[in-house]
Amino acid sequence: MSDVSDKKPEPEQVVAGDNHWLTRPATIRKLWWMFGGVLALTVVAQFFIPIKGKFALDSVFAFGAWFGFGACVLMVIAARVLGWWLKRPEEYYAELGIEPPPQEKERSDD
Amino acid sequence: MIEFLPPGLIMLAGALLIALTRGALRSAVVLTVPLITLWVVWMIPDGVVATATYLDYQIQLVEGAPVRRLFATIFCIMAFVGGLYAYRTARGYELSAAFAYAAGAIGVCFAGDLITLFLFWELMAIFSTIIVFCGGTERSRAAGIRYAVIHLMGGVILKVGIESVMVNTGSIEIQAMRATDFGSWMVLLGILINAAAPPLSAWLADAYPESSPTGSVFLSAFTTKTAVLALILLFPGESVLIPIGLFMIFYGIIYALLENDARRILAYSIVNQVGFMVTAVGIGTETALNGAAAHAFAHIIYKALLFMSAGVVVYRTGLNRVSDLGGLFRTMPLTCICGIVGALAISSFPLTSGYTTKTLISEGAAEQGMVLVYYLLAAASAGVFLHAGIKFPWFVFFQKDSGLRPKDAPWNMGLAMVIFAAACIFIGVYPDPLYALLPYPEDANFYKPGKVLFYLQLLLFSGLAFFLMLPLMKRTLTLSLDLDWLYRRMLPATWRWFAGALDTIRDKAVKDLAAARRSLGDWFGTHWGSTGLFARSWPISTTALWIAALLAAYALVYYI
Repeated sequence: MSDVSDKKPEPEQVVAGDNHWLTRPATIRKLWWMFGGVLALTVVAQFFIPIKGKFALDSVFAFGAWFGFGACVLMVIAARVLGWWLKRPEEYYAELGIEPPPQEKERSDD
Repeated sequence: MIEFLPPGLIMLAGALLIALTRGALRSAVVLTVPLITLWVVWMIPDGVVATATYLDYQIQLVEGAPVRRLFATIFCIMAFVGGLYAYRTARGYELSAAFAYAAGAIGVCFAGDLITLFLFWELMAIFSTIIVFCGGTERSRAAGIRYAVIHLMGGVILKVGIESVMVNTGSIEIQAMRATDFGSWMVLLGILINAAAPPLSAWLADAYPESSPTGSVFLSAFTTKTAVLALILLFPGESVLIPIGLFMIFYGIIYALLENDARRILAYSIVNQVGFMVTAVGIGTETALNGAAAHAFAHIIYKALLFMSAGVVVYRTGLNRVSDLGGLFRTMPLTCICGIVGALAISSFPLTSGYTTKTLISEGAAEQGMVLVYYLLAAASAGVFLHAGIKFPWFVFFQKDSGLRPKDAPWNMGLAMVIFAAACIFIGVYPDPLYALLPYPEDANFYKPGKVLFYLQLLLFSGLAFFLMLPLMKRTLTLSLDLDWLYRRMLPATWRWFAGALDTIRDKAVKDLAAARRSLGDWFGTHWGSTGLFARSWPISTTALWIAALLAAYALVYYI
C-alpha cells in the first residue's frame, strides 16, 4: 500500500527540451516517410490482392483509401463549422453562479 | 421456486460485504466475488430457473439464454478487472457502489420479466449516481444530481411503458415487440435514455468525466450496455433504431472532435460505439444481432481499458484537459501502450477485438442490401479512428512536451490494463471462443486478404487525414453546447429572469401600495383626524346652538 497514499501532491517535475529521440525532427521526418511508404503500399497491394466490394461504389479502385480520407476530412470540417456555433468558454455553465467553475482534481503520485 | 440463486444478488451481497469489511479482507472480497458470480452465471441453464411472487405477479428472477449469459459474463469480468484496477485507491463506498451497480446490470441480464428488469434497472440508476458523487468535487456533486434526475425520469418513462404493456397484453414476459403503441414506445424511450440516444445523450459526457479516475472505468461499462441488451431482447429488428443509432455514431464523432477533456473524449466515443450496436439491433438479422452482442462484449473491454489509461493519467497528474497534457509516453510507457491498444481496438484495426466484432455489424447491413447504412458505417469506422483511435493517444501521450514527468501506473492498475489489452488482442486474433457464445451460430472469418487490405486502407488514410488536418483541430479551452443547455442554462436563466420580474413587480407593488396608503391616510386625516371636520372637538355653545336650530326646524315642520 506504500505507493498509494493521501499525501499532498508534489510540485510538477518540469523538464524542458529533453530532446527525446522520438521527438527529434530527423526522426519525425523518417516517420513521415515510413508512414507514406505504408500508405502507398496499401494502395499498390490492391493490384495483387483484389478487394471484393459489396456494392458498386466500393468496388472502385482504392475505395478504402479515398473514402476513408474524404470522410475524415468532411468530419473534421463539419466539426470545425459546428464548433463556431456550439463552442462556449469552459466557464459558460458556471456563469449563472449555480454550477461550480471547472477545477483540477487532486494529483497523486508515488 | 428458486433453483438458482440470482447471480445479481450474489454480487449485491458482495457489495454489502465490501461496505462492512476493511483492509485485506475487503480486497479479498473485491477480487473473489466477481469470480464466484461468474461461476454461477455459467451454471445457469437455458430457461426460467428462479421465480417468485411479487405484488400478485409471478416474476422470473432468473432466465438463462446465450445472449443473457454473454452480457453477464462480461459484466462479471468487468467487475473483477475493474475491482483489481480500483481496490487500492478507490474509497470503500465507491467500490461498494460499483459492485451494487454491477449487481443491477447482472440482474437485468437474467431478468425474465419486465418487473424484475425494472427493479434491477433502478438499482443501477441509484448506485451509478453514487459513483458519480464519489468524484468528490463540487462539480461531480452537481453532475450527479443532473445524472440522477435524467435516470429517474427515464425510469418513470420505462415504468409507465411497462404498466401500459402489462395492461394491453396481460403479460409481463420479456419478449420481442415493435414500437407500435403508447406502451411499447414508452418502454423503448425508457431504454434509449439509458443508451444515451438522442435527444438525451448529454447526460453521459456530462457525468462520467466528473467521477473519480476509478469510477469512470465502472461507469463506462454497465448502463449503456444493459440498454443494448434490453434492446436486443425487446426490440430486435425495430427499424426506427437504425436512424437513431446512425445519429449517435456521428454525434459521438463530432463532439469528441470538439472536446478538450481527455475522459470526455472517451465519453462521447461511448455514445458513438453504442450507436453501432443500436444500429445493429435495428437491422435485426442474426448476423447483425450477433454483431451487436459481440461488439458490446469487445467494447466493454477496450472502453474500460481506455478509461483505465486516462484514469491513470488523471490519477498521476490531476489534469483532465488534453491541452495541459502531452509527451507522457516518456515516463508512462505501459499506460501509453495499453491506451494505444485500446485505441486500435476501438478503431477496429485488424488483429484487435473491434475488427472481429464491429465488422459483423457492417456485414449485417450489407446482407440486407442497406447500401446507405453500409457506407455510413464505413465512414463512421474511419471517423472512430480519427476521434478516438488517434486523437486520444496523440493528444495525451505525444503531441507536445508538456514538461510533465509523472510516474507510470501503480502495479494493480498496470496489471488490470495489461489483462484487458491482452483480451483486446486475443479476441482480435482468435475470435472463435467469443463467437461460440453469441446468440446465433457464427462462423465469420474476416481475415481474408482483401478484407484486411480494405480496412488498412480505410484506417491508415484516416490517420493521414488526422495529421494533415491537425491545425484545424487545435485544442481550445471550451465546452460544446448540447441539449443539456436546456436544463443547465435556459431553465435556470428563465427562472432567474422570471424571479427577477416577480421581484420588480413586487417592489413596484410595495412602493405603489405605500404611496396609496399614504394618500388615503392623508385624506382620512383631513376629515377624521384629530383636527378633521368630524373628529375635532366642538365648543358646547356651538352644539347647543345647533340643537336649538334643529328643535326650531322640527317645531316649524310639525306646525306646517
